[in-house]
Amino acid sequence: MTPPDPSAPAVVLEHVTVRYGRHEALRDVSAALPSGAIGLLGPNGAGKSTLIKALLGLLPPASGRMRVLGHDVAESPLAVRARVGYMPESDAHIPGMTAVSFVSYCGELAGLPRANAMQRAHEVLSYVGLGEARYRNIETYSTGMKQRIKLAQALVHDPDLLFLDEPTNGMDPKGRDDMLALVRDIATTKAITLILSSHLLPDVEYACDHVVVLHKGAVATQGPISALKGTSGRVFEVRVKGDESGFADALRAEGLECHADDVGAMRVFVPEERGSQLLFQLALRHGVQVRHLRASVPSLEDVFARALGEP
Amino acid sequence: MPIHDQGYRHYTGERTLHGRGWWVIARAGLMDRLRERRFLGLLLFAWSLFVVRAVQLYIGETIAGAAFFTPTERTFQLFLDQQRLFVFFITIYAGAGLIASDRQSHALQIYLSKPITRNDYIGGKLLTLAIFLVAVTWVPAMLLLVLQVLFSGSLAFVADHPRLVFAITLASALQVALAVLTMVALSSLSRSRRFASMLYAGVVFLAAAIARALQASTGHPGWVLLSPENTLLVVNDAIFGGVSDSTVPLAIAIGALVALCAGCIVILERRVRAVDVVA
Repeated sequence: MTPPDPSAPAVVLEHVTVRYGRHEALRDVSAALPSGAIGLLGPNGAGKSTLIKALLGLLPPASGRMRVLGHDVAESPLAVRARVGYMPESDAHIPGMTAVSFVSYCGELAGLPRANAMQRAHEVLSYVGLGEARYRNIETYSTGMKQRIKLAQALVHDPDLLFLDEPTNGMDPKGRDDMLALVRDIATTKAITLILSSHLLPDVEYACDHVVVLHKGAVATQGPISALKGTSGRVFEVRVKGDESGFADALRAEGLECHADDVGAMRVFVPEERGSQLLFQLALRHGVQVRHLRASVPSLEDVFARALGEP
Repeated sequence: MPIHDQGYRHYTGERTLHGRGWWVIARAGLMDRLRERRFLGLLLFAWSLFVVRAVQLYIGETIAGAAFFTPTERTFQLFLDQQRLFVFFITIYAGAGLIASDRQSHALQIYLSKPITRNDYIGGKLLTLAIFLVAVTWVPAMLLLVLQVLFSGSLAFVADHPRLVFAITLASALQVALAVLTMVALSSLSRSRRFASMLYAGVVFLAAAIARALQASTGHPGWVLLSPENTLLVVNDAIFGGVSDSTVPLAIAIGALVALCAGCIVILERRVRAVDVVA
């Protein structure tokens, strides 16, 4: 097998539209995803899982072309799936199997000889932290363990590209941290390109260096996270007492970017040359009291809010 | 070094080309069932009639005056007919959960995200059940024929009934194909193996009962076509050269079975998908 060219995009989408009946789950999506760790962000129903299933060749697009690791998905879906690992969002296993037999079986399905698949199963289960529980029936596993076994079956054939659909779903904080550490390790130390679909911004921010934000089936924004966050200007968390929405409008009228959160705080982007003084001046002019002001740093949440056009 | 660094290495070994997924699935299905003692017991019990028939053949050949036990083509047809009960139980036991269990545990998306096709998946599931059913139909029937040759010490019986091997093979194949396709298709309709079992029992017994009742009340022989099992008997009569009780033309009976098999294939084609699309 030829090693993947690290400079070539791992995934290329050209005007891809996927429909469920009359509903367009993906609308004219175009993107070129590089190697590395790519976050697929979007609210529920944005089309993240649909995109992954389309890339696996499980959902034929109504129009458009997709290339994964150089293979056209429509023409050679089996060649794509041979080099790709998929960790589904929902709880998925083959009933009645122990972890090691399940992962080994998945290795065989992916084309590994039986003995090699069994050896890989042991290695991969140890890697994901299930070495001690490998002879247990999967049905007795906790939610966190089931997430890990799904990751193990996706890794057993040593894919070049890994699709992870909400890998931290249902996990406790410790398990979530461990899973994210694994994901990060896979992308960095093991040099496997991965596409991490999640609606949890901290997960993506921790594990990925490139992001695609989907909204209502279309690409809202994409690029390296550091570039999308922007390095110029400063961000302030602001709470005011008084007409909050009027104050927000005033900030926007002044050309400042402002996003309100659910708990009455605002994140305001102020250009480098204009300091926090501007905020106090505007507050004074609009008769609101600044009760809280703290310098912050641009986050993925800001990128997300900007991409989705949230107020 | 974190503990998760210890287990993972890149794989540099052999990878087989696509196209053997069906065998991987079938082998796993076979091994899964054969690990169950209850199922092994059922398989052994399904050979009890073989033992009885073997004793009959032995008596027919060795004891003078036991002409009653002398085999004919009808003997083998009857044997296969009697095996239908075991075919039913093995089909339910080994077949009901073949796809239903995978649907219940969302395993289809695991299977179909691997480099295998839907045909590989369906083929593997069909083969799993077919192998068990062949083991209780064609294999014992052919062994009986071999025993008859051994007991008689000559190939005269086979020579006198030249189409018997073909008839046993064709009748077994039809019986197995019908059971396997019907059960696996019904299994794909549900997430519960119990419900799939009930559906299959309905197809076998309820359809036969309704067909019989309608036949009795209307006097029309065509109602036999409602029951796949009874339709198969009509075809088997033709295969073994017997006289059928039914007046339904053979071509129509074959057509009904072909239509049923085609219906099962359509169901499998529609139901075996990694993504359930509710449009």
